[in-house]
Amino acid sequence: MSAPTPMSGQFARFAVSPARRRKDKLARAAITACTVIALIPLGLVVYYLLSKGLGSWSWSFLSTDPTGNTFFKASSIGGIKSAILGTVEIVALASAIAIPIGIGVAVWLVEYGRASGFAKVVRFFVDVLTGVPSIVFGLFIYIVLIVGTGSSYAGYKGSFALALLMLPVVIRSAEVILLLIPDALRESALALGAPRWRVIFSIVLPTALPGMVTGVLLAIARAAGETAPLLFTAAATDKTNLNLGQFMNSLPVQIYKDVTSPTTAVVNRAWGAALTLVAMILLLNLIARLISRRSRLA
Amino acid sequence: MNTAAMPGGDRPILARSPLARLPDRALKYGLTILAALILALIVYFFVRLVGQARPAFAHAGVFGFTFNNDWNVSGEKFGALPLVVGTLITSGLALLIGVPIAVATALYANELCPLRLRAALTVLVELLAAVPSVVYGLWGIFFLAPKLQPVEQWFANRLSFIPFIGGDSVTIPNYFVAGLILAIMILPIVSAISREVMATVPADHKEAALGLGATRWEMIRTAVLPYCRAGIVGGAMLGLGRAIGETIAVTIVIGDAPGLGKHLFGQGYSLAAVIANEFGEAQGLHRSALFAAGLVLFVLTLLVNGVARVLVSRASHPSKTPSAPQAAVGPGQVAGAVAGA
Repeated sequence: MSAPTPMSGQFARFAVSPARRRKDKLARAAITACTVIALIPLGLVVYYLLSKGLGSWSWSFLSTDPTGNTFFKASSIGGIKSAILGTVEIVALASAIAIPIGIGVAVWLVEYGRASGFAKVVRFFVDVLTGVPSIVFGLFIYIVLIVGTGSSYAGYKGSFALALLMLPVVIRSAEVILLLIPDALRESALALGAPRWRVIFSIVLPTALPGMVTGVLLAIARAAGETAPLLFTAAATDKTNLNLGQFMNSLPVQIYKDVTSPTTAVVNRAWGAALTLVAMILLLNLIARLISRRSRLA
Repeated sequence: MNTAAMPGGDRPILARSPLARLPDRALKYGLTILAALILALIVYFFVRLVGQARPAFAHAGVFGFTFNNDWNVSGEKFGALPLVVGTLITSGLALLIGVPIAVATALYANELCPLRLRAALTVLVELLAAVPSVVYGLWGIFFLAPKLQPVEQWFANRLSFIPFIGGDSVTIPNYFVAGLILAIMILPIVSAISREVMATVPADHKEAALGLGATRWEMIRTAVLPYCRAGIVGGAMLGLGRAIGETIAVTIVIGDAPGLGKHLFGQGYSLAAVIANEFGEAQGLHRSALFAAGLVLFVLTLLVNGVARVLVSRASHPSKTPSAPQAAVGPGQVAGAVAGA
């Protein structure tokens, strides 16, 4: 008898049959292939953004307003200054509205509401808010702030629409972090005689802060890329305008307008603006990840 | 004898004075009011939206508005069937293409991937969610759609015997491209939720399967997938909700043709796209019809998301806390929560 191979002799009946082994290999290959396929679009989007967008980046691209003339030569169409400033301003105001309210609601859910019936209702409505399509937020704000007041588009109305969109994201992520804070921490503070509000402001919130920053930054990144809620709330304009009470340009709306243009130079401006927008959003994502890695809680 | 007498009058020594309790009360009631305001706001928005949509519903009836196949702005005819069908076709395609790939990605990350690659893979998939909708639209119309057109034409010619695939000429913007873009856009959320649910499969079950001699794939099929089925279906439904409501990318790549597309590779319209595209110039009944389209969209996403939430929360913790599917939290889960939001 020759030297036994590992799967011969009395152990042969434990061996995986060739058919099963083939099936296993095939399935694993398919799963791996699907994973690769999932990453292809990301690579392609990044590649095209860089190859088309970098070409239109220049100092004058970032520092001049778009002009209305799109049918003349490339140098006369202008850049995206008003769009960048508008996006920064609209998103800043939206954050100023959504972050305090969102964290307030999350604190209420975790510290006061807990598992009460009313808290369940609030959680349900936050979930509802999460699922609302972004364009419907635009319609809401249009009805209330434009039809309702009889006035026209304005930057701050766009901020309200984006704030509605950010709210559920902020509430959910803050709630997740607040739930992680050990009850022992709250109980020790209470046992030392601290009133509830001091426990919240001096113990709970500072402990949760780094974790909450992550969720907040991701919410901001999400809002910055939204076009639909801004279309009929902040509208679009060419001129740089720092007054939130008037029409205001923004990067997503500028891109959306430029996509439909028949002029190549204008489409190239859309690529440049898209690269700018994605760079801003990725930066926020990166900061969020760095902070979440350093935070002990999340 | 009670040595801890009451020097300050008739209240216990450890109790706070009414004045000192004031900030506590203010905070408690203030925050409660804040939470209540959110409910009030949503209900108020909903009522106002219904009010704005009423003229269009009165014109054709709720049923007529939703299911009449005639969207003709100049003729003042508003039957939203082409829009509803466009929304359903594109989001159905997105599920068909996106969910298997997303689940496979989650399986790969959880079961097959070398441990060192797992974090990087997760981040990369989540980056797909960081690309704004309008950028997907831009990329879709200038890169994906033109590159795909010959392939689509080939399929359309070969498979023309199947109804709705058609042998007609393929347009650059069409239902299929919109569905494909949507598939890419829902991939991160479906994958994140699948991964979360797969992480709850007890190691015992997996080890038991392997111990009985199962191969990796048999272990996945017999221990992992059955355990996660409800959660994966819920994640897919959340993705569906996303796809139904997605606006700008679809508006750019679907072609915005107001008729019912004749085949998969023809131009069409969707509920969200019609609002984005026509709202700026709409007046009177037309505007009301767009509000009504928004309302139909809102109700549709509400239903889909409601079912999804129930499935996901049942799957991720059968008996634990009442809060969202994120009760058990580990590193990176905030990102998951946000992607899921």
